[in-house]
Amino acid sequence: MSSVDTYFKNIGKGFWTVLLGMKVTMRHLFTPAVTIQYPDARMPIPERGRNRLYVNMDDCIGCNQCGMACPVGCITIETAKSLPTEDLGVTSTGQKKRLWVTQFDIDFAKCCYCGLCVPPCPTECIYMTDVFEFSEYDRDKLNYSFITLTPEEAAQKTEQAKAAEKEAAAKKAAAAAAAAQKAAQTQNAAQPNAQPNPPSAPKPAPSVAPTPQPAPAGAEAAPVSSVTADPQGSKTASSPENVQPPRPQEQAAQAPQELKTNDNPKGSAD
Amino acid sequence: MAELRTEEMVLNMGPQHPSTHGVLRVELVVDGEVVVDAIPHIGYLHRCFEKHAEVMSYQQIVPYCDRMDYLGSMNNDHAYVLGVEKLLNIQVPERVEYIRVIMAEFQRIASHLVSVGTYGLDIGAFTPFLFCFRDREMILDLFEMTCGARLLYNYMWPGGLSHDLPPGFVEKARAFIKHFRPAIKELNELLSYNEIFVKRTANVGVLPADIAINYGASGPTLRGSGVKWDLRKCEPYSVYDKFNWDIVVGTGEMGTLGDCWDRYMVKVWEMEQSLRIIEQALDTLPEGDVHAAIPKRVRPPVGEVYVRSESPRGELAYYIVSDGSQKPYRVKGRAPSFSNLSLLPEISRGYLIADMIAIIGSVDITLGDVDR
Amino acid sequence: MHNFITYYLGAGFWGSLVSSIIPLVFILPFALVAIWLELKISAHMQDRVGPMRTGRWHGWAQPLADVTKLIQKEDIIPAAADKALYILAPALVFVGAYAAYAAIPFSPAYIGSDINLGIFYIVAVSALVVIGILMAGWSSNNKWSLLGAMRTAAQLVSYEIPSSLAILAVVMVAGSLNLNDICAAQSGWFWNWFVFGKFPFLFITFIIYFIASLAETNRSPFDIPEAESELVAGYHTEYSGMRFAFFYLAEYANMFVVAAVAAVLFFGGWNSPFGTFLSGPVWGVFWLISKGMVLVFIQIWLRWTLPRFRVDQLMYLSWKILTPFALVNIFAVGLWVVLRG
Repeated sequence: MSSVDTYFKNIGKGFWTVLLGMKVTMRHLFTPAVTIQYPDARMPIPERGRNRLYVNMDDCIGCNQCGMACPVGCITIETAKSLPTEDLGVTSTGQKKRLWVTQFDIDFAKCCYCGLCVPPCPTECIYMTDVFEFSEYDRDKLNYSFITLTPEEAAQKTEQAKAAEKEAAAKKAAAAAAAAQKAAQTQNAAQPNAQPNPPSAPKPAPSVAPTPQPAPAGAEAAPVSSVTADPQGSKTASSPENVQPPRPQEQAAQAPQELKTNDNPKGSAD
Repeated sequence: MAELRTEEMVLNMGPQHPSTHGVLRVELVVDGEVVVDAIPHIGYLHRCFEKHAEVMSYQQIVPYCDRMDYLGSMNNDHAYVLGVEKLLNIQVPERVEYIRVIMAEFQRIASHLVSVGTYGLDIGAFTPFLFCFRDREMILDLFEMTCGARLLYNYMWPGGLSHDLPPGFVEKARAFIKHFRPAIKELNELLSYNEIFVKRTANVGVLPADIAINYGASGPTLRGSGVKWDLRKCEPYSVYDKFNWDIVVGTGEMGTLGDCWDRYMVKVWEMEQSLRIIEQALDTLPEGDVHAAIPKRVRPPVGEVYVRSESPRGELAYYIVSDGSQKPYRVKGRAPSFSNLSLLPEISRGYLIADMIAIIGSVDITLGDVDR
Repeated sequence: MHNFITYYLGAGFWGSLVSSIIPLVFILPFALVAIWLELKISAHMQDRVGPMRTGRWHGWAQPLADVTKLIQKEDIIPAAADKALYILAPALVFVGAYAAYAAIPFSPAYIGSDINLGIFYIVAVSALVVIGILMAGWSSNNKWSLLGAMRTAAQLVSYEIPSSLAILAVVMVAGSLNLNDICAAQSGWFWNWFVFGKFPFLFITFIIYFIASLAETNRSPFDIPEAESELVAGYHTEYSGMRFAFFYLAEYANMFVVAAVAAVLFFGGWNSPFGTFLSGPVWGVFWLISKGMVLVFIQIWLRWTLPRFRVDQLMYLSWKILTPFALVNIFAVGLWVVLRG
């Protein structure tokens, strides 16, 4: 008997729940839609919306804090030291700019819009905007260059910084040689291998200053500080790469030592 | 009839199958439409989370955590930052934890909405799916106004939060709760108690409690089998011990305890409980500075830590080893979906292909979580 | 004057040609309208708005655009497919749906072929669809397609029983298999319709027929042959372009066939609901189509409300619920007819 009971009960329940469901859908047939007609109407993007990054180059001091914070390495910055005669002005936060930013590329094909690059910026010049419609058919076009210098200017600045560096290196080498000579003179009870680095003549265009040199002053940091966060990306952009001889891997790995901060996560990433 | 032996057929369900919730591939051995064996194959979505974590600084790992279980980003981040804070041995302001709990519970609702909605879709009901997504959008709006992103938030940072709650958040959150309670009722009317839906899911894929425990299942999958186990209650982390709510367990109301319907329904009622937690947290939200405890440089002392938390899918844990540098030596993620997926062969033998869909949907996996 | 075309053109070649093309002239626009309706109704039921751009006014041209796209698509035949069957299957499915239109009385003055076995003929040609779907599933050489086709065969064959039994009950009351005669038997006001006749038996018969007809047209909740979330797309997984469009067209054509048959059997067909008011050959077309459309709307409504049955539950519903109820109904209706006329 009970199975007959459940048989009819199931049929009844089936019908009833179907009708209940039909009631719900019928009610929604007459409720206004919640969707909007996208290109005509748009959802307001909240103030904090994290979309395309923008860099206000007027304020950028080329410190590469954002590039180091980036977890995917989509920001590529190269700087060239300005000559003492040049005045680059100050940022809106009152910081003096010392470096020519010769490359500032953000590859939005790689960017994950996490926003980690925004807080470290000392001058608040990198921030996220509300632009989110910037699809491209060509991936290379997503590599945005933010520099204000023209490529020629950027090349010139790099060249000039390199020349200054060469000069400084030559001066340094000469000073070192002089010091060594002096040392050799004072200690004539000679040990033949007392000189750690034979003061050779300045080599033509060493892009990285040889590290073991006892630099006389700390201010003589590397004139060309270069962080290649992503080697691929930098090739695609209009970069002054061609003027600079490509550096071997291990030298690139040493490069962080010459940076202002020594914890570059990307230097040895590849 | 018994001696009639038919030939078995191997059927590849996925990775490009509409209802394997991502890119799961299940190798089905079927006899007609009856499943003889089901072997899940994983790894299609492997993104080297753990290897990435070895070369990233602690802060940079947070966006990668987001991408583990992309439906429960907030919960992933929550567990991870709790671990890092434990390593650093810092105390975060109470407001931070409250906001984290609010976000985590909203994320739980959003995740369950996807799970419940797509489950309806698996069973063939399209409309509840869109209703669920409509409500989920409102939660995503809340997230967007708080941290600027709709899916991958990077909101919880070691030591604090990226932003404080924006003005108007509390009102909007309350408005959502007011809207959402009737929406759950409507969902039940339209789907949960629909006789066809019940017939499709009740007594299907029955998972006894002991097997669930043996396989390390957790979350709604475990609770659907009637096991009262929720880390928010059993091992309270964050500020969960300050709220009054109940663990939802399956009851076998429509069929056997631990069937697909129970696992489904646990998620529906859990949304209700999450609403309760959010309401209490909003009422008692303390003041404070959410950035106060964020360390300038995260460099934990040498050591290791294991933190576990209750993500929408179950027990999510991180094992973090620090060698004293800015990058962790090792980060291991214990993903709930992975353990839950391993149940699949156990509970799907002898059912039909159509039931297979119901079972996969009910164990509620995210492939991003399985493969990491 | 059951067919004004053969009346004017004669029953020869031209008359037959024209009267056989007229259903096609109806099916194509109907399918477009029904697809559009389905898009819009489903959208509004789900708090969306559906297509809004194509053709400017509420996306009315969306189905046209879809069809244009499908026609332009590359015709792909899988390498391992059984080519002949693969090509033939969509045509056969469409023929099954199309041929049924021959016996539908659109108006007192127009029926493709006024045969005495009208309803019987419709039931018979509709069964052609099974063969077409089986061919499609088999020839695709795809496991999912094959499973879908096997499900279809089982489903359609089982649901023909309750639907035929339901039709039988009406035939007993009307005393004829000719659809025009069945319509004529329900003339007058709407309470003469069979759905209200022999209350409640014919009403239950209608419900049985409607459920069975949903299954016969593979509409939700009986869409398990397609079951996109289970079988990818069932028997038409491998089809694309125009061949897929044919399956699609056949589905919508079939939807109207069963709705029109239900309208004729239970809702008075071309009769006006208000006696002689607004009746006549031209209004007849209007009434039949609008009755059919209301039923099509209910089909759409159900589709966007309900989940899908499982194969065994489908069989359970057919054999253990609908068939016994239909049998009891036949017995009751028969008794009623014998005892009280």
